[in-house]
Amino acid sequence: MTLPRGLTRRDLFMKLGIFFNGIVAAILAVPIVRYLLSPVAQERKGGYESWVPLGNLEQFPSGETRLATYRNPIVNRWDGDTADIPCWVRNVDGQTFQVFAINCAHLGCPVRWFQQSGLFLCPCHGGAYYQDGSRASGPPERGLFEYHYRIEGGTLLIRAGEIPTPGHASNIVREIRPCV
Amino acid sequence: MRLTASIGKWLDARLQLGASIRETAEHPVPRETASWFYVFGSAAFVVFMLQIVTGVMLALIYVPSAGEAWNSLQALNHDVSLGWYIRALHGWGSDFMVAIVLIHMVQVFLFGAYKYPRELTWIVGVLLLLVTLGMAFTGQVLRFDQDAYWGLGIGASIASRVPLMGPSIVNLMLGGPIIAGATLSRFFALHVFLIPGLLVAFVAVHLLMVLKLGINEWPMPGRVVRKATYTREYHELTKRDGLPFVPGAVWKDLFFAAFILLSIAVCAYYFGPFGPSGPPDPTIIQTAPRPDFFFLWLYAVLSLLPPSMETPALLVGPVVAILALLLLPFFFGEGEKSWRRRPIAVLTILLVTVALGTFTRLAGNAPWSPVMDAWSRIPIPSEFLHNRSALERQGALVFQVKQCHNCHSLDNQGGKRGPALDGVAVRLTQDQLIRQVIQGGGNMPAYGKNLSPAETTALVAFLETLYPAGHSPARDASRAVALEPDAGVPPSGHP
Repeated sequence: MTLPRGLTRRDLFMKLGIFFNGIVAAILAVPIVRYLLSPVAQERKGGYESWVPLGNLEQFPSGETRLATYRNPIVNRWDGDTADIPCWVRNVDGQTFQVFAINCAHLGCPVRWFQQSGLFLCPCHGGAYYQDGSRASGPPERGLFEYHYRIEGGTLLIRAGEIPTPGHASNIVREIRPCV
Repeated sequence: MRLTASIGKWLDARLQLGASIRETAEHPVPRETASWFYVFGSAAFVVFMLQIVTGVMLALIYVPSAGEAWNSLQALNHDVSLGWYIRALHGWGSDFMVAIVLIHMVQVFLFGAYKYPRELTWIVGVLLLLVTLGMAFTGQVLRFDQDAYWGLGIGASIASRVPLMGPSIVNLMLGGPIIAGATLSRFFALHVFLIPGLLVAFVAVHLLMVLKLGINEWPMPGRVVRKATYTREYHELTKRDGLPFVPGAVWKDLFFAAFILLSIAVCAYYFGPFGPSGPPDPTIIQTAPRPDFFFLWLYAVLSLLPPSMETPALLVGPVVAILALLLLPFFFGEGEKSWRRRPIAVLTILLVTVALGTFTRLAGNAPWSPVMDAWSRIPIPSEFLHNRSALERQGALVFQVKQCHNCHSLDNQGGKRGPALDGVAVRLTQDQLIRQVIQGGGNMPAYGKNLSPAETTALVAFLETLYPAGHSPARDASRAVALEPDAGVPPSGHP
């Protein structure tokens, strides 16, 4: 076999060496990239969400809105208190419930419920929501995020497991439109 | 002394660095650059060294675990001997570093130093600014307290707005579905390994180019940069009117760096470390998270933008700003360097400074945040209750109980989210007050469902008493006409 003009044996071996390293790099890149993308891949595979109990229905009297907390379904031993997630439970009429995420739909700060004025207020930028979670005023573009819920044997369960954000709607019942 | 010299000789025979170090140290710089205006770059470098030293020391104690980080910060503050001081040095060092990097950038911009042939030096400088801000943000997260926790939530909310990729970016940023152990671990890796690595690499390239291309000469009005002639002119200048960097110029760098280090040490001693605030327990919702000083302006912008503008501004704004900085030397690579001949450059700096300063100052008071406990903590000043009827005082009670005070101030006390109500009766008639309370609008919630007619009547009666001495409340002229046809007609000659 003759080599092309100007290409020496050493040049060829150097190029082969670079090529060989490229192949190895590509092979190594696969596990590295998959490792880095595992937080995304896991969501696609099993999903982050599952049904978590919030407690007995007696804890949520009819017509009232109460703070509840749950342990996030996906949790590590070293997560500490950060895996204890709060949410607002509104018992509408004894049969229907609304469970709102604690995170403001604007930038995720924790909203607080004011029984007397029937409003959720956000301490960060002053977003306000009515008792049914719909937007009242302030910078949020939408109502509070609302979890799916179901009742089983006197226990209230919600489908939760992921921080709700404006761009992520998987755990949101529906877009709550402001009162017109 | 002879021993030191012989050790030095022995080392240099093997390392062979002495000659090149001496050459670098003594390279000629234009005489006028031996100036107090040219000390900020080296000062930023020295503060970075301080950050490395104090950072390594903090890492001896700090535990990057969501369950333990806050406790280890408490131990640093209270149990470890002088742990609080090392934390304070690192925290104040961070603020000083961002400040000095910004001042350095302004100086370089105003002196036209980004022009040919120093375009790449400027670009790497912009990258250095970004990684410095990255260090500041990730450092704020490692101080794993309430502010850090909810600050991450804000970061996630912003990241989630990226079209299509948003939710995946949030999961990658948090290392999972929620802010938890994995989140802190990855911010630790960013803050301690990845970003400092980039910082060191960028600093090395930045410094190398400063040495290879020479420090920017003092800009003189009329001395115009042209690609064809600049390098020759610069070398002529350094030959004609130069002096060796060491010791000609370096002594000012040394003095300034020592002054800055001393300032950090004094600030750390007097003001102490930053936080941590409350533990990062999301179930403690009685919190009003605030960002660190250098991100306050962003907090203000996010509350002042109209909602529809927010997502585009958040996603497009930074890209445009960074691109503008990166591309600056390509569009203005030649021409005048002196700020005296570049009024737009000076005005740009003034505009940006005033804007950022105003936003930062606004965010210090945060008038857009409701005062969440004003209704129970801040009483209505007594002058608003003197000589009032029972109904009006009942209305004052409604004002407190229905949390109106959280957003509206009286006598400058209470929330500033809505307008101050000291003189509301001058602005609105009784009917308008009733409508505003019941229907809301203009960024106020509607209270129709949460006020009984009696409460509304009382509240409006109270609001009608709110007008300054010497003013009279607004009145609806047409109503007077409707009720008493004669009473509403003004005397002739009087509008």
